[in-house]
Amino acid sequence: MMRALLLLLLSLVALPLRAEEVVMGLSKDSVNITADFDGSEILIFGAVKREAPIRSDPPLQVIVTVAGPVTPATVWRKERRLGIWVNTDAVEIDAAPSFYAVATSAAWGDVISEVEDLRHRVSVARAIRSVGAPMNIEDSQSFTDALIRLRESKGLYQQRPNTVELRDSTLFDTAISMPANIVEGEYTTRVYLTRGGRVVSQHASVIQVGKVGLERWLFNLSRNQPPLYGLLSLVIAIAAGWGASAALRALKSG
Amino acid sequence: MQIYLPIAEVSVNIFLLFGLGGLVGILSGMFGVGGGFLITPLLFFMGIPPAVAVATGANQIVASSVSGVLAHLKRRTVDLRMGTVLLCGGLVGAALGVWIFNLLKQLGQVDLLVRLCYVVFLGIIGGLMFIESLNALRRSKKGAVPKRRHHGWVHGLPFKMRFRTSGLYISAIPPLLVGLSVGVLSAIMGVGGGFIMVPAMIYLLGMPTKVVVGTSLFQIIFVTAFTTMAHAITSQTVDVLLALVLLIGGVIGAQFGTAIGTRLKAEQLRIALASLVLLVCFKLALDLFLTPADLYELGTGGE
Repeated sequence: MMRALLLLLLSLVALPLRAEEVVMGLSKDSVNITADFDGSEILIFGAVKREAPIRSDPPLQVIVTVAGPVTPATVWRKERRLGIWVNTDAVEIDAAPSFYAVATSAAWGDVISEVEDLRHRVSVARAIRSVGAPMNIEDSQSFTDALIRLRESKGLYQQRPNTVELRDSTLFDTAISMPANIVEGEYTTRVYLTRGGRVVSQHASVIQVGKVGLERWLFNLSRNQPPLYGLLSLVIAIAAGWGASAALRALKSG
Repeated sequence: MQIYLPIAEVSVNIFLLFGLGGLVGILSGMFGVGGGFLITPLLFFMGIPPAVAVATGANQIVASSVSGVLAHLKRRTVDLRMGTVLLCGGLVGAALGVWIFNLLKQLGQVDLLVRLCYVVFLGIIGGLMFIESLNALRRSKKGAVPKRRHHGWVHGLPFKMRFRTSGLYISAIPPLLVGLSVGVLSAIMGVGGGFIMVPAMIYLLGMPTKVVVGTSLFQIIFVTAFTTMAHAITSQTVDVLLALVLLIGGVIGAQFGTAIGTRLKAEQLRIALASLVLLVCFKLALDLFLTPADLYELGTGGE
């Protein structure tokens, strides 16, 4: 009884703060990796639910992020030793999303403040967590920068300002393209509504990315029954070698 | 047309892969090398993870070698007895090599060591072969009779065996040792080892060039089959789909390669192989010495 009352009270207090709420939809909630998979585009759209009339100042902004499974990553730095370029320093980055795209409805500085970015981990740099670098490395930030640069060049990290279309501060949509080299797993899609750099509402949804059909079967076989998988690849190799030579002989004699 | 590889987890152009397989197949049939020293770096350039490239390369070599051996068997240019002796050494060597490889992996820097291995071995073998075959070519042009193979220390060793196809009567110890050392190197470098095996057979064992190619292919089948199984079980990095596309191109190429190889003179064959080995060596050395475009690189350790 007490708890119910408390909840009611809380929701009454919370209501004015949550004057604007975001709802979102996805063009698809799963991405199937098939043999001819060549990347995928996901349409993310939604609307702003509100009970009060639209405030125009500060203007409403929208941020959409898509984050792939988080894994640790190692970044190496080369140095010239005895004339040869050698990997000398390594920094283990504790958690970095394998894919990360940020789309915003305006320039980055206009949609979110530094403090709010820090709190919600919205930008690419904030989404990567690097706790401690080894003692001998002073500029560990340059390793994180390198990770972002390398993944950006592969299309795995995307920073796309001004790509969210916002109509009448109510309807929004954007398209995020995933490259062909994405990994399997749960991709979290988040929408943030901001006003004057502050997050006023957010909503999250999950896109499942997974292999299907032959791809799924081969992958599972290689993980669950490695000896069988190894034998299968050998049998295929030997059969193909023998088959090609037999076929060519038949061609020559026939 | 793009194809998504289930184990490598990347999407690549299927025709590019097919062409790559064909090119390597031609080389494999011509020279009796598996082509691993070429296919593995080329797969790196296409963006396939190194671990997958090495393991799948081994699988692909099995196919092109089977196809090549069948063509050679028909011409009776495979010394099965010699091949078996080499193979015995090779399997022991490969197991030893895998052990060394894992030891080095714990120490780090295995990537650099593999590259250095490539540069040093390709450089030495390519250089020696090039000079030797150039001399041989000059001699045959002058019309001089090629020197009879001299009997050295190799012939004083015990456990003599008769290798009829090669026309040799030598001890089994040198072929065993050759097989062993090539086995070690092939496991470390992730290749079949044909480019080391072929010169070793010609210059160390004194086998006739025509027999060398078929015999080398014969023993490569088993060493790479062993490597494929080892990778499939320990690191699970064999991509069967990638191998399939490569080997379809490869087996066709191998048939053409064998046909080309029988038409060329032995000296020309050797000089062509030597140039190719030197070319790959030069490219790899350049990568080591030139300032890289990006000083940072993503490790595969954490993934």
